[in-house]
Amino acid sequence: MYKYDNYDQAIVDARVADFRDQVKRRLAGEITEDQFKPLRLMNGLYLQLHAYMLRVAIPYGTMDSRQMRMLAHIARKYDRDYGHFTTRQNIQYNWIKLEECGDLLEELASVEMHAIQTSGNCIRNISSDQYAGAAADEVADPRPWAELLRQWSTFHPEFSYLPRKFKIAVIASPEDRAAMRLHDIGLELIKQDGVLGARVFVGGGMGRTPMIAPEINPFIKADDLLSYIEACLRVYNRYGRRDNVYKARIKILVHEIGADEYRRQVEEELAHVKTLGIDPPLAELDRISAFFAPPAFEAVSDDIDRSDPDFAVWLDQNVKPHKQAGYAIVNISLKPIGGIPGDASSAQIDVMADLAETYSFDELRVTHAQNIVLPHVAKRDLYAVWQALNAAELANANLDLISDIIACPGLDYCSLANARSIPVAQKIATRFADLERQRDLGELKLKISGCINACGHHHAGHIGILGVDRKGVENYQLTLGGSGAEDVSIGKITGPGFNEDGIVDAVERATDKYKELREPGERFVDTYRRVGMDPFKEAIYG
Amino acid sequence: MKLLTGNDLASGAVTWWAGSWWSLHVEDAVDVDESGDAILAREEGARRVNAPYIIEAIATPEGPRPAHIKDRVRALGPTVRLDLSLKPADASVGEWVI
Repeated sequence: MYKYDNYDQAIVDARVADFRDQVKRRLAGEITEDQFKPLRLMNGLYLQLHAYMLRVAIPYGTMDSRQMRMLAHIARKYDRDYGHFTTRQNIQYNWIKLEECGDLLEELASVEMHAIQTSGNCIRNISSDQYAGAAADEVADPRPWAELLRQWSTFHPEFSYLPRKFKIAVIASPEDRAAMRLHDIGLELIKQDGVLGARVFVGGGMGRTPMIAPEINPFIKADDLLSYIEACLRVYNRYGRRDNVYKARIKILVHEIGADEYRRQVEEELAHVKTLGIDPPLAELDRISAFFAPPAFEAVSDDIDRSDPDFAVWLDQNVKPHKQAGYAIVNISLKPIGGIPGDASSAQIDVMADLAETYSFDELRVTHAQNIVLPHVAKRDLYAVWQALNAAELANANLDLISDIIACPGLDYCSLANARSIPVAQKIATRFADLERQRDLGELKLKISGCINACGHHHAGHIGILGVDRKGVENYQLTLGGSGAEDVSIGKITGPGFNEDGIVDAVERATDKYKELREPGERFVDTYRRVGMDPFKEAIYG
Repeated sequence: MKLLTGNDLASGAVTWWAGSWWSLHVEDAVDVDESGDAILAREEGARRVNAPYIIEAIATPEGPRPAHIKDRVRALGPTVRLDLSLKPADASVGEWVI
């Protein structure tokens, strides 16, 4: 885990003091909402349907138990006893009072956390693989690079007013668990001839115009990575459209001028950037990397007593292999049947913090699928962990199954939404509540967004659902065939939309058709890709 | 009928113009009719409310009902957490939104 140095702490503390003063002036009527709005957004404070919403950054989704407990404390003291984990590995609080924001942010800063750059047209929270440092297939730990990018992008003077928001993901495994190519910049760390570097993808994203990021550079040496990204941003900052908010993301620029021309411009800019000496000295990289040294793993047995059948199911579904013998990666699903995807009560957050401290070398991760990970659990402790999770109603054995739904807050909370997402997720999960039925369907990633901004990643769902407003009535479009993984693809719309109950029936008809057509070993998305849309369309619409 | 609504500056809570004050309850909202823009400008100037706007609503025996679902959700609270809504004791209140 990275620990703030004096400089990190000083800039966060200074920002808290600034914002406290800005809030005071706003409440006193000394500044207007038009003057205040950009200031509060820079501090992650939105005005949503029912109240102010605060988005707290969790850098690359990594926390320790002290920070997790602080999130529970914030939920209890300043919100309504729960928080919502998001698809950018952050947490949001839905019922924040403006007058309490200064105190809240001060408490967050005391555990090296903040809400800076969780909104606005700047570089947002860097996201990464939730299995970083634990995955057997990674070529390097992506977290030091994510941390380096965090430091580089925090208050970067050139990139505080970009044409539009900017999202970066870093992974280091061939298996993409972070939707890397659906980011403005996606980095995949690789090794060539023993030298660490990265494949660089630029111009991906979801939203109104979903695009898969093309590869802009097949290998940039790690030593040059920061300069290269700086050059990527500079070209965007210079030529990205500021006249039309719907065309302002970098994906539009890359698409309009073409990947080749964008690459040429980046190379040209890079020649200039390299003269500025912004790449960090190796000593700094070493300093950061030291914070992510592997924990003190013990030589422990790989044996697990599977005699409890409920535990065995959870083990098979939610526990993943670790690179260290005797250890495993535990996924805590925040998707109880009929629950709200990504929500956790303060008591549950405390339980997860306690488990991390006791069993996972004090580490937790938030996933973009709105779940929590204990990255380093000794196999001998898995049963104890499961029992504690079960007691806290956190032992949902549905990871990557149809009820492990990503859903944005939708019209229940969000002022941008056109339709509610959560009730649809609840109805689908309830329809497929039988775990045997879910496991028979296998990996099936269902994602729901309540508007075209696609915070629920519907474009990347094997089954995607988009809520729209049709003459004041909620309507839901169905898409099939998307993926945010290494087999990245954008889902295609099946046809006319449905009402809330109709969309649940449509999902069921699509899964029934899959069961009828699937060949051995095929996931839903594999069958869809093999047979195409027509059989599904026929089943869905009759 | 037309209603004036916004969010309370300090708490962010949804509020409704009730004739001379801002109420948390849509039942208290009054028809602002043609005077909505003037009240909106005056109240924005007074800085008691954030992002006020005028909406269409329907008069019912139970009080005003916003025409659009988004404003009905605002008037009640999240339909998926009725315990956090303005009517936590009414199990069927979610139907009012739909």
